[in-house]
Amino acid sequence: MKRVVSLTVNGREVEDIIPDNLLLIDYLRERRGLTGTKQGCDGGECGACTVLVNGRPRLSCVTLAASCAGAEVETVEAQAHGGRLSALQRAFHENLGAQCGFCTPGMIMTAEALLRDEPDPDEDRIREALGGNLCRCTGYVKIIRSVRAAAEELKA
Amino acid sequence: MTEVLPQFKIVTPDCVEAAIAALAGAPDARACAGGTDIVVALRKGLSETGTLVDLTGIAALRETATGADGGMVIGAGVTLAAIERMPEIGERYPAIARAAAAVAGPTHREVATLGGNLCLDTRCVYYNQSHWWRKSNDFCLKYRGDTCHVAPQGNRCRAAFSGDMAPALMAHGAEIEIAGPDGTRRLPLAEFYHEDGAAHLALNPGEIVVAAHLPPAGGVSDYAKIRVRGAIDFPLAGVAVATEPGSAGTTFRIAVTGTNSKPLLVDFPDALTGESNADAFFAAMQKAVQKAVSPQRTTTIAPHYRRLSVSALTARVARGLVGLAA
Repeated sequence: MKRVVSLTVNGREVEDIIPDNLLLIDYLRERRGLTGTKQGCDGGECGACTVLVNGRPRLSCVTLAASCAGAEVETVEAQAHGGRLSALQRAFHENLGAQCGFCTPGMIMTAEALLRDEPDPDEDRIREALGGNLCRCTGYVKIIRSVRAAAEELKA
Repeated sequence: MTEVLPQFKIVTPDCVEAAIAALAGAPDARACAGGTDIVVALRKGLSETGTLVDLTGIAALRETATGADGGMVIGAGVTLAAIERMPEIGERYPAIARAAAAVAGPTHREVATLGGNLCLDTRCVYYNQSHWWRKSNDFCLKYRGDTCHVAPQGNRCRAAFSGDMAPALMAHGAEIEIAGPDGTRRLPLAEFYHEDGAAHLALNPGEIVVAAHLPPAGGVSDYAKIRVRGAIDFPLAGVAVATEPGSAGTTFRIAVTGTNSKPLLVDFPDALTGESNADAFFAAMQKAVQKAVSPQRTTTIAPHYRRLSVSALTARVARGLVGLAA
């Protein structure tokens, strides 16, 4: 079964015919061409596919696209504005928070939700919030440092 | 593109009655709330459905209230993130808040619900695999096969119940409210589960879990679990302990998860008094847990290790509740 679904993707209102069994990650990557969102474990275990739905982090690989009717979806592509990286993107770049880069979009979106909620989180809070995002390269130290650096920049 | 999900249609009832009608109307219909368990199951071919009944639009399921007995009623649709953050639960039923915070990762808890965790499918290293993996192993007794690879001589599925919320609620003496085509019914949460990994829920066709009813808490409580990855994982074993202060001393309600096909209430009626030898008391408690549980080869971690650690964990949690060092 298919249905017409209206939703907002990265600030733009869209209306699409969406099959009931289409996953949000496939909708974003295949239909909207937003390939920044990565498909990692494919079973809700690694956090690479994290996007924001109504401002809260959501695993797009276990979310049905049709359930996002009326919702506001944000992907990592919404971060940069006017050719300028967001504070989080810049912080990940400058602090070497991205190594192979595959987990980075999920890390950034989870961190984005955290910083909107708590602009000045300490290391424990960052660790807790990123608990569902796995990285196989960095050992997390530089990721946590990157989120802290972004918080500092946003504060300044 | 990911492996395409099987064809199904989503229905979105706005009240419990409509949800029951939708479930009763299609024999293969499945209820779905946060979807963190069932969507994965559908993708891996562990479940099939032609109709997915999305319960997230039912406002009544998301409510919490004070019970008639002064306890608390938590709707099945309340998210684990909300339970984790609700001050009233943290103060009165700490084990429940701790258990909610220990489920999976924070992003799962944003959408995962109490009802979903109570109805979580059982898990096994021979079951939670891709379709081709299971096919090459001739499937298993739980789904599409005829042999349990964990206990090939046996005639039942040994997959382990792996929910964190059930033991916490059971330690607090919760009852579960179920709505179905024949009206609503309530039963003690422990009776909601069967020791059969392939059919572990006492849920009839067309029924959904509506709420959990908690009596007023008498004492303090806590929940702890062991898992492979500390930040995000199912329990290899988990235990909730709640104290019950009485005139004859303090008794402990102990509930364990991850070791059997159902969460278990451990029978340990002894009371701790001022005259008790605490070390001997908790050693006896540890023995009682060891005897009650029967972990199987359903995870990559040895059953014996899980048996020993869940009993040690019980004593540690219980000692902490009465202010003793672990």
